[in-house]
Amino acid sequence: MSITYLEAIREAQARALNDDPRVFIYGQDVGAFGGAFKATKNLAARFPGRVLDAPISEDAMAGLAVGAAIEGMRPIIEMQFADFSTVAFNQIINQAATLFWRTNVPCPITVRLPCGGTSGGGPFHSQMMEAIYAHYPGLVVMTPATVEDAYSMLLEAVAIDDPVIFCEHKLLYNHLKAEKLPTEALPVGKARIAREGRDLTIVAYSAMVQEALIVADELATEGWEIEVVDLRSVKPLDTDTVMASVARTGRLLCVGEAFPWGGVTAEVIARVACEGFGLLDVPPQRLNAKDTPVPYHPNLWAAHRPTAPRIAAAARKLLRL
Amino acid sequence: MVHSPLKPEPVGDVSPMQELYLRAYRLMLLARVLDDKFASLYRAGKIHGGVFLGRGQEALSVACGLALREGDVFAPLIRDQAGRLAFGEPILDAVRTYLGSALGPMRGRDGNVHRGHPKQGLLAMISHLGAMISVVNGALLARRMKGIAGTVGLACCGDGATSTGAFHEALNQAAVEKLPLVMVVANNQFAYSTPTARQFACDSLLDRAAGYGFHGSEVDGTDLSACLTTLTAAADRARAGRGPQLVVARLLRLCGHGEHDDAHYVDAKLKHLPASRDCLKASEDFLRAQEWADAPTLAAWRAEVVQKVEETLAKVHREPAPDPFKENWYALSARHLCEGYE
Ligand SMILES: Cc1ncc(C[n+]2csc(CCOP(=O)(O)OP(=O)(O)O)c2C)c(N)n1
Repeated sequence: MSITYLEAIREAQARALNDDPRVFIYGQDVGAFGGAFKATKNLAARFPGRVLDAPISEDAMAGLAVGAAIEGMRPIIEMQFADFSTVAFNQIINQAATLFWRTNVPCPITVRLPCGGTSGGGPFHSQMMEAIYAHYPGLVVMTPATVEDAYSMLLEAVAIDDPVIFCEHKLLYNHLKAEKLPTEALPVGKARIAREGRDLTIVAYSAMVQEALIVADELATEGWEIEVVDLRSVKPLDTDTVMASVARTGRLLCVGEAFPWGGVTAEVIARVACEGFGLLDVPPQRLNAKDTPVPYHPNLWAAHRPTAPRIAAAARKLLRL
Repeated sequence: MVHSPLKPEPVGDVSPMQELYLRAYRLMLLARVLDDKFASLYRAGKIHGGVFLGRGQEALSVACGLALREGDVFAPLIRDQAGRLAFGEPILDAVRTYLGSALGPMRGRDGNVHRGHPKQGLLAMISHLGAMISVVNGALLARRMKGIAGTVGLACCGDGATSTGAFHEALNQAAVEKLPLVMVVANNQFAYSTPTARQFACDSLLDRAAGYGFHGSEVDGTDLSACLTTLTAAADRARAGRGPQLVVARLLRLCGHGEHDDAHYVDAKLKHLPASRDCLKASEDFLRAQEWADAPTLAAWRAEVVQKVEETLAKVHREPAPDPFKENWYALSARHLCEGYE
């Protein structure tokens, strides 16, 4: 048996619905249709009245989730694409993220964001939103890169008493497979050493972890041992694990699929520079998408985001410094 | 949350309507006196940030609060001091939040009209107009899922907020889910300085009810009896499962947008129209005409609320301000997930 990243997300939701009567799912086309990506397939039939189609009203979807959370429910909101969560931005960052701090009432909502580029996705169906949400106090931002994490972190997201932005990468949905669902997981907030090495640390998250692992394989044939750190959640950000890795390798490359200005890669580099400057043998580097909207055509898209060849080139340059 | 800030008047042989009216009037009076107090504290430089009054909107607002019961959900906005008191918000909450007492419900983290007790059904508004309505929807949907029947939610806003996308999304959502939402729009003719002609182009905001699939009603927001009747009927319809309700009230904001604003842009001619009368004065006239209260009684009621307000202020003035060194600076309830920035 094997299970995909997408199936893991569906199974996690099924389990959450099954185990906790406070959980419900609300989003566009999530009901009988099973969602645009089929992440909720069959759930409406299995859990009648708890998997509800929403009108195309992202603001009201998120607002409704907050109201339900105040009443003790644990809603999961599916944004059809992460890009459309901008319409819910106000409710997420001003309503959900401030509720506990202002009123002492927790806000256990999970906002699922199908994010990231896919071939032909274009400017409005491809965006990475993690940095924008991570910027705001009061939100937890998860970026699972494996089938196992997609499953266990989504269950954690529902269990956490705070709003969680769950960034699930569309490219991984059907392409990433595991043998079985995990029975245990690292705690939220803990990064994972996806591959051990001693020459260079590549810090990545979400789909970029897979690209980094390809690069590590490739560079291994050239005699380099690359350590890959999978952040798992970008907020909280596990600076300790990153720092420990840099202490071993002395070289840092941080890779993200998001736009280049600010963001997770800049945050990681800033922390290492501030707290671990002496650990670095050479200046740290970051690699991001280009500073344009995400292009539609596969030729352009492949050049817009970091891919294994670009990451490998950046890594070789760093290794030779 | 239901508690009464006022001593019940020993009632003899009065009709339920008279009793309701008397209660409503005294809550309006308390709200007005409290608001006036905040205005003078503001002018004396004793309040951090803005002060927003409900002057001229007390009849409508109190009717909102009185149409609700314990267990209902209320999302008041900036001009709803009267409605808050009627719903059961203690005066202390208002005073503590305006004066920034560490003991207030917002603990100095938020101020003035941004206060509430969400778990008791009194939502703490965020500033962004229109944003509270879908939160009420969520609370109502949750109750339906939990099998709790017979509660309603009431959200207030002004004419300006009806132009937001959030308002539109939330009203449509309430209609799709057939939620017991009462949406009350106080058309006070201005949104800050913007007159309604620059806000919407339909003849009446009431027309929107049909578009959303709401039951709509209109009321003279300066007439307390009419407000009580209209709001109670709307809440009753929602409670009885007859779907979401839109109530549009006509009135005039009898103050600046906030106390920093002299409202010089309000045309003097507008102030003499019937819709511009002061609802508090109008209800005093009504009380006297009905012989439900004479001048000495009205004076005694006023003295009672003035004393109540002064006592509350005196108490809060002695309370501690929030201490930045005792503040934990955690925005998440899961502390282990908070990042320890220095
Ligand atoms: C989304 C949003 N935009 C702008 C503001 C700033 N603002 C606060 S109150 C107000 C006017 C509101 O007018 P209206 O809704 O008619 O209510 P009223 O003040 O008349 O009671 C404005 C523009 C805001 N709070 N929220």
